[in-house]
Amino acid sequence: MIETTIAVESSTKHTVQALLRSLLERGTVDALLVPLTLPGGTTAPTLVTNPQALDQADPLAPVLPINAARAASQLTMTGHSQKLGLVLRACEIRALVELVKFQQANLDQALIIGIDCLGTYPLADYQAADNKDQVVDDLLAGATSGELTPHQGLAFRSACQICEQPLPQGEHVALTLGLVGVEPGQLYLKARDDLAEALELVPNGTPPGRKAAAQNLIAARTQARDEALAEVRQRLGDQPNMQGLLQEFSACIRCHNCMINCPICYCRECIFRTPTFEHESQLYFQWAERKGTVRMMPDTLLFHLTRLNHMVTSCVGCGLCTDACPADIPVATLFRAVGQQAQAIFDYHPGRSLEEAAPVQEFREDELTSMGERPGR
Amino acid sequence: MAAEEFEPRIIAFLCNWCTYTGADLAGTSRIQYPPNIRIIRLMCSGGLDPVYVAKALLEGADGVLIGGCHPGDCHYQSGNYKARRRVAILQSILDQMGFDSDRVWLRWISASEGQYFADTVTDMVAALKEKGPNPLRHVGAI
Repeated sequence: MIETTIAVESSTKHTVQALLRSLLERGTVDALLVPLTLPGGTTAPTLVTNPQALDQADPLAPVLPINAARAASQLTMTGHSQKLGLVLRACEIRALVELVKFQQANLDQALIIGIDCLGTYPLADYQAADNKDQVVDDLLAGATSGELTPHQGLAFRSACQICEQPLPQGEHVALTLGLVGVEPGQLYLKARDDLAEALELVPNGTPPGRKAAAQNLIAARTQARDEALAEVRQRLGDQPNMQGLLQEFSACIRCHNCMINCPICYCRECIFRTPTFEHESQLYFQWAERKGTVRMMPDTLLFHLTRLNHMVTSCVGCGLCTDACPADIPVATLFRAVGQQAQAIFDYHPGRSLEEAAPVQEFREDELTSMGERPGR
Repeated sequence: MAAEEFEPRIIAFLCNWCTYTGADLAGTSRIQYPPNIRIIRLMCSGGLDPVYVAKALLEGADGVLIGGCHPGDCHYQSGNYKARRRVAILQSILDQMGFDSDRVWLRWISASEGQYFADTVTDMVAALKEKGPNPLRHVGAI
């Protein structure tokens, strides 16, 4: 890995575009998955093979329409000969790492290009924003010190407000495009040796302000996270017997959007989308007899409890579930709160490293040894 | 008429090779234990998806017993270790939801431990009588 800081030409966006274009033109990659500005003004992950099309590339656009790890999974799962560059934010990289572990993505022919995330805005809010360049410039201005404040009239997505891992981390990131702790008009690059060579980068070290700015940002976000998670825990724990959970999800309309948009929920056939839960008419009436009432559609809590059991140890906190919820249920904050404790059992950090298996994938003989044993022996 | 004593209902997911066979031994040995248990036989405790445990509890089962082979004795080498992790995750989630996770018991009971199986059911029934009925039994809007 080499580190360097380069001067930006005309704008950070154009310099990033130029870097990506040269990766394509030099054949370092044959294709890029990169956010591209689309007609209508929004920006969405797009597979690009034509270097000219990168004029519309905008990895700095503060918006996360999908977790692009899902796109990376679709692009790589069954194998490909083209060398693919994946331009991703930190939460997308973490999700992709989890998907690789679950054999839903394959990085053999892919390299990860991470970009510092300065926070993202709800899709519709960003799309409606008049001056998108100014929206980005505001963030870049704050990035130097790590004190990121949203553009006037906008608010970060709730998941971003409590995201304490906004910077790409780990050996699996081949190239980092650094914005935090970088002087205005500069771009920090951390590149694997082969990429540094391809891009003819000359090492000149880490920008002096980067460490402090990153610490600033992470400290503020960690505090916001702790407050938000404590609030959820209070709502859940204050009332016994799942009444808190019941209230959190009382507005759930069972659309399954949270599951569909979750990058970790990868099952081709989710049990909740099968006839397992379609019962004979008579049964519903029996249940109503027994319980007095049966909420239709039934099994709302079961759906969320099952999703928690299946994926919460790998939840990367990208917040797409909250975005996708038409009833504005804070799904992601709740999942992060529950996930933090479930992950702690195994000292597991989702998306940190490709070397660590996910908790539901492995076991250790010498762990949890008191479980299952006859009490008092 | 005097109020009927509360009789807990226990759903038991037992692995075919150890705990189910242990339950069978309890039966063929004519060991007495309370009839509060409804047994569902699985090939392996490692094959138990937590969705079924959650479903049982949400439908009002007072307790769920998960029985598998002792560590190291799994017929499929490692299913019980996987079950152990899943139950740890499930219990963590239940606790965080303010639901008493001690209504879910994981026990390693071998095919030769008929008496231990009967003792486990007896103990579990006593413990659940102390806890009282599952409060979700009559909650319909879930």
